[in-house]
Amino acid sequence: MAVATGNSFASRFGVHIAVLVFVTIWTIPTLGILVSSLRVKDQIIASGWWNSFSSSSQTEAGRLPAASTQVQKDGKYVIEGNVFGDGAKRDISAFGVKSAAPTQYPAGTPADLGDGVTLQVNADGSFVLASPKAFEGDRGQRVYYASSAPPKFTTDNYKTVLFSEGIGRSFMNSLTVTIPATVIPILIAAFAAYALAWMRFPGRALLIAVIIGLLVVPLQMSLIPLLKLYNGVGTFFGVPSKTYLGIWLAHTGFGLPFAIYLLRSYIAGLPREIMESARIDGASDFEIFVKIVLPLSFPVLASFAIFQFLWVWNDLLVAMVFLGTEADQIVLTAKLNALLGSRGGDWEILTTSAFVTIIVPLIVFFSLQRYFVRGLLAGSVKGG
Amino acid sequence: MAAQILSAIFVIIIGVGGCVAYFWGANKLLDLIFPSRGVSGAAAVDNLRRQGLIRPWLFVGPAMIILTIYLIYPVVETLRLSFLDRGGVNFVGLANYEWAFGDREFRNSILNNVLWLAVVPAACTFLGLIIAVLTDKIWWGTIAKSLIFLPLAISFVGASVIWKFIYEYRGEGQTQIGIFNAIIQHFGGEPQVWISLPFWNNFFLMIILVWIQTGFAMVILSSALRGIPEETLEAAVIDGANPFQIFWKIMVPQIWGTIAVVWTTITILVLKVFDIVLTMTNGQWNSQVLANLMFDWMFRGGGDFGRGATIAIIIMIAVIPIMVWNIRQANRETGGH
Repeated sequence: MAVATGNSFASRFGVHIAVLVFVTIWTIPTLGILVSSLRVKDQIIASGWWNSFSSSSQTEAGRLPAASTQVQKDGKYVIEGNVFGDGAKRDISAFGVKSAAPTQYPAGTPADLGDGVTLQVNADGSFVLASPKAFEGDRGQRVYYASSAPPKFTTDNYKTVLFSEGIGRSFMNSLTVTIPATVIPILIAAFAAYALAWMRFPGRALLIAVIIGLLVVPLQMSLIPLLKLYNGVGTFFGVPSKTYLGIWLAHTGFGLPFAIYLLRSYIAGLPREIMESARIDGASDFEIFVKIVLPLSFPVLASFAIFQFLWVWNDLLVAMVFLGTEADQIVLTAKLNALLGSRGGDWEILTTSAFVTIIVPLIVFFSLQRYFVRGLLAGSVKGG
Repeated sequence: MAAQILSAIFVIIIGVGGCVAYFWGANKLLDLIFPSRGVSGAAAVDNLRRQGLIRPWLFVGPAMIILTIYLIYPVVETLRLSFLDRGGVNFVGLANYEWAFGDREFRNSILNNVLWLAVVPAACTFLGLIIAVLTDKIWWGTIAKSLIFLPLAISFVGASVIWKFIYEYRGEGQTQIGIFNAIIQHFGGEPQVWISLPFWNNFFLMIILVWIQTGFAMVILSSALRGIPEETLEAAVIDGANPFQIFWKIMVPQIWGTIAVVWTTITILVLKVFDIVLTMTNGQWNSQVLANLMFDWMFRGGGDFGRGATIAIIIMIAVIPIMVWNIRQANRETGGH
């Protein structure tokens, strides 16, 4: 593909720019939640995450304490305090008393409010309101100020979601579902794939056709009958119908067509001579499979394992149908979906939870990308 | 929780051990019943033949049983249920299908699914092809591909949260924390609640799937492009073809087969799209799709299995042409056996 097209500087430059644009568009969404998950809640609301490395500034309004808090000092009536109260402190750059001019006076300078009344708001939020006459009324002076907060990053969000939002528990549940559901189909599929690739028996062609057909059967076709079946089994034996065993078997069933398809096309491509010479040496099919085919098939087994792992980890539909929604069964995807409902606008919770759910697939993906791509190329007929 | 982890480990051991024990044991048993060693020549040949008849079924047996329970039986049962009432007891004929085609939400779903089918596979394939061609020409192409490929590892729910944050809306004039509205406001536009704009919201949901699946198209097409014989491209350059002509007239025709595979794969995925719609809008504001509607009817008002099954059958009917095409293709490749 090293084609001598567009060798001019301008067109090569254009290619770099175009790829850079694509990469930026594709990366920004994920980057957004990663950065946001590390910010404090107040800042997530106050400014876009792309501004998170600069100070976030905002204009706020507040009301100073009422006349009842005034004290007499040097012949003047004075109200003192801090505009932030007991809350988080920020830096104030300017203040004002009219909504039309909220940053009329720089911080630290006294402002003349008329009738000898002065107000000074300092950068740290402390203020002094002084007047020669006693203040009256139970509503304090309105005050506006522009404040800025330095960028602040924290891992507290992760502590919160892992330990008090139930994401930590769901993480364990996801692992509990995923690992057996990845391991169990492999051996079953491998034996079937070997038989379909190297053993002659009537009905083999039909079986292969059925498996290729099943590759694309929508999961939706299986849901209702299996739900009924599970409920029936549960009632008959007096056991719960939503169990880990149930979902392990369901994922095994749904993963098998792809597993058999992928493994069969690989195993069928193994060199015939190795099998024949082993057979001449008196090895049975079972021995050939265990001693020759399995070790040689390691790359494709790894490919399938990664696929199945990602598929099961990322699955929401099967988990919602076959598992309960209590803390002891809810998996990460379902939990995240529930949080979207219950913590709708709390982006510090949502972004952090989302990042926790995608971190495992990302690690698997980056460390084993080679096998993943190989499986993708070999099995791209599969419906996903 | 400790009990749960222990039981998971226990299941892995039982599951794998059970599989090994079954395959090994069944094989041993077969050797015992029809011994091929230590018997007279004729009997040994006879027994070997019998072994050869039975052994393949020992190998494919477990897979066949599981496939039958989890896929083949449900397909037949779903078809049967689609002719029964909500509890799956009384025969109602075609009533469920009549209901479906008269139902506003169902018709809306069909329309939206058609939109998704028209846009998403085309967009993914087109973008994937462009990115594959471009990244092949630069030294950091592998890194670029990895980054574009990355969303494929992210769950649909995770991706929905990611994009919900992008579409986040604040009133006009306020500080926008969603990047999409921030850009629009920056250029003087009016921020919108994008996912609740009827009709257009479909496209904002589709973008999520395109974002996820373009990497898939890119990887498959990139490997197909590498398989194009160098000579055809060189000949085109010598003949004075410009880059666009080379792309459309030399490269694309040679990888039609792969483009078809990518297209159909994404088509099937689109027909089953569920998580994105459930988490983003749950079908509100006219954004319903079949798979989510089906899930909805499984549980709505205690569950209506008849209607749920009917919607599943409709999805299945849409998949059948691709299924037939796949089987034919596979038969051709293996030479019909």
